[in-house]
Amino acid sequence: MELVEAIVLSVLAASTPLLIAATGELVTERSGVLNLGVEGMMIVGAACGFGGAWLTGSIFIGALFGIVAGTLMSLIFALMALGLAVNQVATGLALTILGVGLSGLIGAGFVGERLTPAAQLYIPGLTDIPLIGRVLFGEDAFVYFSIALIIGVWWFLYRTRAGLILRACGDNHVSAHALGYPVLRIRTFAVMFGGACAGLAGAYLPLAYTPFFIPGMTAGRGWIALALVVFASWRPGRLVVGAYLFGAVTILQLHAQGWGVGIPSQFMSALPYLATVIVLVLLSRARTGGSTAPAALGTVFVPDR
Amino acid sequence: MRKSLVALAAGLLLAGSVSAASAADKLKVGFIYLGPIGDLGWTYQHELARQALVKELGDKIETTYLENVPEGPDAERAIEQLVRAGNKLIFTTSFGYMDPTLKVAKKYPNVHFEHATGYKRNANMSTYSSKWYQGRYIQGLIAAKMSKSGVLGYIGSFPIPEVVSGINATMIAAQTINPNIKVKIIWANTWFDPGKEADAAKALIDQGADVIMQHTDSPAAMQIASERGKLAFGQDSEMIKFGPKTQLTSILDTWAPYYIERVKAELDGTWKSEDTWGGLDSHMFAMAPYTNMPDDVKKIAEDAQAAITAGKLHPFKCPVIGQDGKEIECKGGANLADGQILGMNFYVKGIDDKLPGK
Repeated sequence: MELVEAIVLSVLAASTPLLIAATGELVTERSGVLNLGVEGMMIVGAACGFGGAWLTGSIFIGALFGIVAGTLMSLIFALMALGLAVNQVATGLALTILGVGLSGLIGAGFVGERLTPAAQLYIPGLTDIPLIGRVLFGEDAFVYFSIALIIGVWWFLYRTRAGLILRACGDNHVSAHALGYPVLRIRTFAVMFGGACAGLAGAYLPLAYTPFFIPGMTAGRGWIALALVVFASWRPGRLVVGAYLFGAVTILQLHAQGWGVGIPSQFMSALPYLATVIVLVLLSRARTGGSTAPAALGTVFVPDR
Repeated sequence: MRKSLVALAAGLLLAGSVSAASAADKLKVGFIYLGPIGDLGWTYQHELARQALVKELGDKIETTYLENVPEGPDAERAIEQLVRAGNKLIFTTSFGYMDPTLKVAKKYPNVHFEHATGYKRNANMSTYSSKWYQGRYIQGLIAAKMSKSGVLGYIGSFPIPEVVSGINATMIAAQTINPNIKVKIIWANTWFDPGKEADAAKALIDQGADVIMQHTDSPAAMQIASERGKLAFGQDSEMIKFGPKTQLTSILDTWAPYYIERVKAELDGTWKSEDTWGGLDSHMFAMAPYTNMPDDVKKIAEDAQAAITAGKLHPFKCPVIGQDGKEIECKGGANLADGQILGMNFYVKGIDDKLPGK
C-alpha cells in the first residue's frame, strides 16, 4: 500500500508541470492563436525561476521570476504573430529555439548550484492519514495551485462573459471584430496568460522537481503540453484527465520495468503520443458538438480599418 | 516570415557560440562538444581537459571549441568550419559525430581528427574511449557491501554495449560479495532528462533498492537518493555537491592526459591514426574519492582499483556465465576479448531481467 501512495505522489509531481503549461496553452488556443513556443517559454521560465530563487532564497520569488520571464517571451510572440501578422507556426518554433539558447545564456552563471526545494504542506493529523494523507495534504504549493488554476480557467471560459468573448475570437475572429470586440487585444492577453503559465511550469522543474538548473532540463515537456491540449480536445475537464494520464503512463512504465513486466519500455514511453494520435482520429470522425478545435485556430487576423 | 527567420538565426547563434583567441604560428586545435560546457557531465569533462591542455601547452597552441553541436548533418558543417578556420587537430567528442567526422576527414587528408567512443577510423582519424566497465566493477563491490536490502537500482540510458557491459561488470563484482544480490534496471531511453532520471530513481527506491547507480548524465538521481536517505554513485563527473552524504564514488572522465599526449605528438610530427581504449592504468578515467563508507569497504574498493590498474584483476575474467547458465565463449584467453566487451549484448547470470530487444 505504501508503494501505491509513492506511485500516486510521483504521478502528481510528474503531471503538475504538464498541467500548468497545458492550461495556459489551452487558453491561448481557445482565443484562436497557436503558440508552438511552449518549450522555449518553459525553459526560460526554468532558468529565470531558478535564478530568482537562488539570488533571493525564496521559492515564491523564483516562481514569480518564472512567470514574468514566460510572459516576456510570449510578448515577443505576440508582437510578431499578432502585431505583425507573421505566420504563427514559424514564430512559435523560432520562439522555442530562441528560448533554448537564451536559457543557456541566463543559466550559465548558476549551473551546478543547488537549491532547497519548495516545501511540502504538513498538517498534523491529516497529512499522517495512511494512503491518502500525503496525497491530499502533503503536496507542494505548485500542485494545489495547478488544480485551482484549471478550475479557474474552466469557470472563466464557460461561466463568464469575458470567457465567452475569448472563445468567440477563437471560433470566428471576423464576427467578433464586427461585433466590436478588440480581437487582437484579447488574443494578446490570452498569449500572455499562456506565457505566464509556461514560465511557471518551467520554474516548477528547478524549484520543486529536480532542484538544480541545467540547460535543456525541460526535455520536451513543452511539446507534451501541446499534445495534451489536442488530447483534451480543448476542454479543461479533459485536460486534467489527460495530464494525470500522461503523468501516470510516464511513472508506471518506469515501475513496470523495475517489476520486470515484459512490455518494451520504448513502447510505453511512446504511449502518450499514440493516445494523442488516436484522439485526433476520433475527433476528426465525430465532428459533432463543441469538442473540436477552435475554428480560427492558427489563422492570421488583420483587422480592416 | 522574415522576422521569424531573424529570430531563428538569433537562436541558432546563441545555441552554437564560438570562442576563439587569435595568435599566429601556433598549432590550432579544435573541439566539437555535444552539450553546453556547463552540463556538469559529459561535455563539462571534455572542457576541463581542454583547459588543462591550454595550461600545459598554451604557449604552443591555440584552441577553439564549438558547443551544443547536434549529432547528425549539422555536425559536419561545424567540423568543416573548424577546418576552414585553420585547425590542424580536431577532437569530436561524441559517438554520433562518427560519420560526419569520417566524411570531413576524407575531404581534408592534411588535417588530423580524433573521435571519441566510435569505431570508424581513417589514415587521419583516430578513435579514443575508456574502459569504464573497470570502474563499474569497483562500484559493484561497494554497492554489494553497502546495500542493506540486497537490491541495487540501476538507471540505464540505452541498451547499448557500453551500458550493458557496465551492468554486467557491476553484477559480477557484486556477486563476489553477496551471491544473492539483486539488481532492478530501468531504462530511461534518454541520456539526459533530469525529470525522468529523478522519476526512475524514485521508482527504484520505492521498489526497495537502496543503492542507486546511473548511466545517464544529470545529477537528478543523486539528489533523489540524497532526499530519501539512500546511497548513490555519480556519473562522468564529481556529483558530491548534490549528495554530500550520498555519493559513494563517481567515475570521472579524465581526458586531459590523452589530449596532452596527442597534441604533443602533433607538435612533434609523430601523430598517427590509432585506436586507444584506455582504462585505469592509462588514466583515461579516475575514481572520485571513496566517501560515505566504512574503512573496510573503502579498502576493498582501493585494493580492487590497484589490482585492476596493475592488470592483475579483470572484471570479465573467464568463465563468464550468461543468463541462461551457459558459459560465454572465451575469445581472449584468460578473459573475454575486447571485441566481446565492446559488443556485449547479453546479461550475466543473476540478473533477473530481460535485455531489451533480446
